[in-house]
Amino acid sequence: MNFIISILFSGIVVSVLVLIPWVGVAAFDLRFLFGVVVPYLAMAVFFIGMVARVIGWGRSPVPFRIPTTAGQQFSLPWIKYSKIESPKGNGGVIIRMLFEVLLFRSLFRNTRLEYRRLANGPKLDYEWEKWLWLAALMFHYSFLVIFLRHFRFFMEPIPGFVHILEKLDGFLQLGVLPVSGLNVPSVFLTDMLLMLALTYLFLRRIYIPQTRYISLPADYFPLFLILALGLTGILMRYFIRVDITAVKTLALGLFTFKPTVPEGIGVIFFIHLFLISMLIAYFPFSKLVHMAGVFLSPTRNLANNSRMKRHINPWDYPVKVHTYEEYEEEFRELMIQAGLPVEKQPEKVEEQSEETGEKE
Amino acid sequence: MYDGGKIIVGLIIGLGLLLSPFLYNAGKATKAPEPQLTPKAKEAKVCVANTNFMTTKHMQLLDRWRDEVVREGKRYYKSPEGKVYYKSLQVTCLRCHSNKTKFCDECHNYMGVEPFCWECHIAPKEKE
Repeated sequence: MNFIISILFSGIVVSVLVLIPWVGVAAFDLRFLFGVVVPYLAMAVFFIGMVARVIGWGRSPVPFRIPTTAGQQFSLPWIKYSKIESPKGNGGVIIRMLFEVLLFRSLFRNTRLEYRRLANGPKLDYEWEKWLWLAALMFHYSFLVIFLRHFRFFMEPIPGFVHILEKLDGFLQLGVLPVSGLNVPSVFLTDMLLMLALTYLFLRRIYIPQTRYISLPADYFPLFLILALGLTGILMRYFIRVDITAVKTLALGLFTFKPTVPEGIGVIFFIHLFLISMLIAYFPFSKLVHMAGVFLSPTRNLANNSRMKRHINPWDYPVKVHTYEEYEEEFRELMIQAGLPVEKQPEKVEEQSEETGEKE
Repeated sequence: MYDGGKIIVGLIIGLGLLLSPFLYNAGKATKAPEPQLTPKAKEAKVCVANTNFMTTKHMQLLDRWRDEVVREGKRYYKSPEGKVYYKSLQVTCLRCHSNKTKFCDECHNYMGVEPFCWECHIAPKEKE
């Protein structure tokens, strides 16, 4: 699909998703629908969908080890092997998975192929490329911190880690100097980093021709959706304020199954809530499901022990075989009559059959 | 399932983390904050701006006033109704809202907000 059409399509879908709660709440006052029903439905879709996906993956056999490794595998004790990149046991696998999940090690190995024409002929380069990894790390950790900071709305009393995160996140007090238009001193770093990283990831997609070519609406849509989510959040925190005590009452109502929609919450909150509802409902059906899928990456979570352990394919069909022994058993007399050599002589067979006959 | 035990354990841990707000709040009765006005504040009827503005944006107003007073020396604020106020937390705001624990802290504790007003300003003495 043409990338302009993809971007337009995703942009229009996100705009519609912004307009639905806007019109719904501002014009039709459907506060209960957008404040309670939609979030519950979205959560149900998320949890059921995620469980179904993970169970589905669990039912798929992974019969063989896929040693896509970046290190020497274990062979002979005096050959040094790579304990983390090519682990032979569970310990190494756990460390490799921690590197993968927490630090995106596969992405860190990203290189860029570059073809250049120099004076003395063409040249092929594999460039060191860390910007994608950096932006991905920045995006994911910012999102995690922002999500955890929101626990001040989700829990009462507020657990300690939320206060620690808020303090660390706002400790630069960016509102005093570089971004003084935001009206509060503690401007959160992660808000800025999230938007920055998302913008980079989007621009990167359309700037690099190969990436642009393979990008689909399914790639642009989550980016735009999270951008819109972040934008409404930033607007709500710094510009179009809403009554956050009422927001917390609504959130706690959802989490204690006693839903209430307090009066006087601004429309922007319902837009924010609708966007996050759509995001989590979209999770199980999209590439975002890598949140659970990363733990089941076969190239990362299987020890490279093919040389030590035999892995039997569980889907091998139980083929009905007729061995030579059985064949000879069946046709021995005919074979002897035809003068064909047999492995067991008939006298022996008779003895054996008598023995087995007695047993029976 | 293949490696079912490990996958189910991982799934339960993941679901437990994501469902933690439900588990944490289960069976707890929470009460929305009810900030109390002092008799003096009730009598005055209007603050420097309307109630909706003050509940949602008072921190922005205070932040802006602080900058205007400290950096530009602008000490007076004229409200849309034409009333002039002296911009001062201790002299103007706290004259009416002298009940910090029942007024300020009520919502601030609920939302986990720790404003740093009191790093410089003196918190009002309250009669128990």
